[in-house]
Amino acid sequence: MSDKVKVTIDGISIEVAPGTSILNAARQIGGDIVPPAMCYYSKLEGSGGKCRTCIVKVSKGSEKDPRPMPKLVASCRTTVMDGMEVQNITSPEVIEARSGVVEILLINHPLDCPVCDQAGECDLQNLGYEHGLQKTRYEFERRTFERIDIGDKIQLHMNRCILCYRCVFTADQITNKRVHGILNRGDHSEISTYIQTAVDNDFSGNVIDVCPVGALTDKTFRFRNRVWFTKPVDAHRDCPTCSGKVTLWYKGADVLRVTARKDIYGEVEEFICNTCRFDKKKTEDWVIEHPTHISDASVISSNHYETMKPLPVIQNNPKLQAANKVELEKTSKF
Amino acid sequence: MLKVEQQQPVEFSPALIQKFDEITGRYPEGKQKSALLPILHEVQAEFGWLSVPAMDKVALYLDIQDIEVYEVASFYSMYFLKPQGKYVLEVCRTGPCCLVGAEKLMTHIESSLGVKENEVTPDGLFSWRGVECLAACGFGPVLQIGPEYTFYENLNAEKVDELIADLRKK
Amino acid sequence: MGRKLLLEHINVPGINTFDVYRQKGGYRAVEKALKMTPDEVVEEVKKSGLRGRGGAGFPTGMKWSFLAKPEGVARYLVCNADESEPGTFKDRFLMTHIPHALIEGMIVSSFALGAKTSYIYVRGEMMPQIRILERAIAEAKNAGFLGKNILGSGYDLELYVQPGGGAYICGEETALLESLEGKRGNPRIKPPFPAIAGLYGCPTVVNNVESIAATVPIINDGGDEYAKIGIGRSTGTKLISASGNLVKPGVYEIELGLSVEEFLYSDEYCGGIANGKRLKATVAGGSSVPVLPANLSLKLANGEPRLMSYESLSEGGFATGTMMGSGGFIAFDEDQCIVRNTWNFSRFYHHESCGQCSPCREGTGWMEKVLHRLEYGHGKMSDIDLLVDVSKKIEGNTICPLGDAAAWPVASAIRHFRDEFEWHVKEPVKALETNYGLANYAEPIKKVEVTS
Repeated sequence: MSDKVKVTIDGISIEVAPGTSILNAARQIGGDIVPPAMCYYSKLEGSGGKCRTCIVKVSKGSEKDPRPMPKLVASCRTTVMDGMEVQNITSPEVIEARSGVVEILLINHPLDCPVCDQAGECDLQNLGYEHGLQKTRYEFERRTFERIDIGDKIQLHMNRCILCYRCVFTADQITNKRVHGILNRGDHSEISTYIQTAVDNDFSGNVIDVCPVGALTDKTFRFRNRVWFTKPVDAHRDCPTCSGKVTLWYKGADVLRVTARKDIYGEVEEFICNTCRFDKKKTEDWVIEHPTHISDASVISSNHYETMKPLPVIQNNPKLQAANKVELEKTSKF
Repeated sequence: MLKVEQQQPVEFSPALIQKFDEITGRYPEGKQKSALLPILHEVQAEFGWLSVPAMDKVALYLDIQDIEVYEVASFYSMYFLKPQGKYVLEVCRTGPCCLVGAEKLMTHIESSLGVKENEVTPDGLFSWRGVECLAACGFGPVLQIGPEYTFYENLNAEKVDELIADLRKK
Repeated sequence: MGRKLLLEHINVPGINTFDVYRQKGGYRAVEKALKMTPDEVVEEVKKSGLRGRGGAGFPTGMKWSFLAKPEGVARYLVCNADESEPGTFKDRFLMTHIPHALIEGMIVSSFALGAKTSYIYVRGEMMPQIRILERAIAEAKNAGFLGKNILGSGYDLELYVQPGGGAYICGEETALLESLEGKRGNPRIKPPFPAIAGLYGCPTVVNNVESIAATVPIINDGGDEYAKIGIGRSTGTKLISASGNLVKPGVYEIELGLSVEEFLYSDEYCGGIANGKRLKATVAGGSSVPVLPANLSLKLANGEPRLMSYESLSEGGFATGTMMGSGGFIAFDEDQCIVRNTWNFSRFYHHESCGQCSPCREGTGWMEKVLHRLEYGHGKMSDIDLLVDVSKKIEGNTICPLGDAAAWPVASAIRHFRDEFEWHVKEPVKALETNYGLANYAEPIKKVEVTS
């Protein structure tokens, strides 16, 4: 017996380890057939199942039990079975249901993208662009909350929150004490500390990186610049608390912000500590590696690897110039 | 978010702590968080509502984070996170009771007490609110009054006025 | 007169006490079950054909047989007494008047499942019933039916009552388990099912109050005897909570298969519509199930009488049928407004949504707002189709059945009473002052075009 199970997603077959979710199997295939995920986060145990954007149709349950599943399922929390057949973008039913979820996620969202720091790197913005309707049918006042500072480095803008619970899982799983959580219920639910407490521990800043929308933002970066005008560069330092592997976001010679490195699904590769994130904002704090590879689809990639006017840190270092050239060639191939 | 001035300190009496111990004993070792809902009921019965210091003390007793208590207390509709009247009249406002006059009854209570939903009468004795189905649909309209949650069934305006008068005399 | 298995002694004074309950033959099922093997008890329940009385109607015996039994791991039985479905109040009635029926059923069922600790999760608002159950448990323990080595059989059982905090969602079994663990009542994402990993991660069965109480007559008389009552796969008796505009609202025990007409109009049961009015519509199984106009409540689409059974009530699918649900039977007289009632139910689901998954969290509020607008004279004709569309976006796309429960009443009200919704748009001022009346809902059934 093979220790792998075979699953077919939109006609593409792959063998994966037993216990893999449909979403992760799709990610192993890659490309357009990967369902979008707003709440699932592979690094956070227990996450997923809530936003319902990753729903897919299981047209064949397994080789043993070929019956289709009666409802659309959340691909992030459904385990593949041997012989399973899944439809994502090939199913009009899935596309329609997903656009319904997107419409519903947006009815209470402020759509304040022009003044939102997350614009340009926002999962909800991308999702809305791909699946959203041109206008909303929701004609009521949108839910609003006061903006609050949770600590001096992080701002919570609850209006934009889609209640993915990622920040709660993050606090539970990578910090020693959780002081924020979900209060109230139903559409009154909110992320809050309830009383005025600062979220303050070595790893609290990671809630900014896991937030799929502009609900949790870095106060040291707020309104400093649009992300697409900044140039990301991978760097590291010898950090006693975390791996020290980060992305520096440059504007000219200045580091405007520091984030963890993210993969193509927007998930951080390794969580970083608050010292690296908030306190090390000089080039000399870091060992520069190379320009961050940015997907063509992102606005951030525009003119990222320009050869005429590269970033000052790159101009000063022949090795980085070479790395920049490699990245430039990679992207200009398309 | 709460204003900090609502934080007057509280003390749990030995009798209350003894009740907590009894409740905690119902669950397997290490699962004492299960006692949270019953303990919050006990605290509310004692103090009339759940203040932040009271909830923090519960967290300390159960050895859980404060936020875990806030999350739970704000999820369930029975816990009051603000001070209430001594008697809270909770009137069922769901379908079956409305078929037999619950809406009229709430209007009547509003005028009898002279306060709007969720407001407290000046003497501090009463507040009222509409709540969802109380599972007494065949005996509607109904209302309940904590902390014992006594039910009053088959109500009409006269019966409610009588009830309010009786409570005033107590 | 239908047979009464649960409410046989309801009128006996003092039946809420151990002594009187025992005199009337109480706790015989415990004595009998403890002489059987647990598997034999499960087998009797399987034979009885008993279906879960909480709403889903899943066969109880089968649910029991799914329970995982790994060595050295505790197993739990949790009784779901979080009765909060609008229109349903049978469990409260049973616990108030015959608490020992539940305690006895809990002992029998816990023994069958091998549970050494069992919990009865009662909704917090039922504080008086919690006190009643606690007293009943103390009485049973005093008489040796609970605690260590029950009746010398070597079987130990501790039984505890757990209050909820006020949340309809905790009637969903995994939300109930979360709540029992001291957390917010967010339903869990399944699998794993509670039979594999439930309370504290251990194998757990969650059963409704009435299902558990029904194991008592099943063990006393045998599963086969129980299965003889009822009709087809709807075996036994069922407690029906009758409310709304009835002459005699209340809790009735019926033999499944009784006709809806007899239940509604006979003096033995509801005694007809109050104040000499006529029937407009019914909700047969608690607010979550589709509402039916009078004609379809009493008769199937083919003109045959509709019966109070799982199959007959759902005959015709959602086009012309409804569901048994938890047996919350709500009757609407000719002066009731369907739009207002639909808005009311919608407000309920909006209020009770846990907020965990987006279609339910946002969709229930959206539906309530649109229905509110329609009811208060600000609606548009397009709102009606918008409601149908939003209900479809919620239905089937949520973590737990609350989304479906919120969608069905809205979709069914529009399916059957569309003219009334349209009237609210066309005559907004009139709709605030008067009501649409009976219209043609009680007329003989027209030929119904069945759409999927």
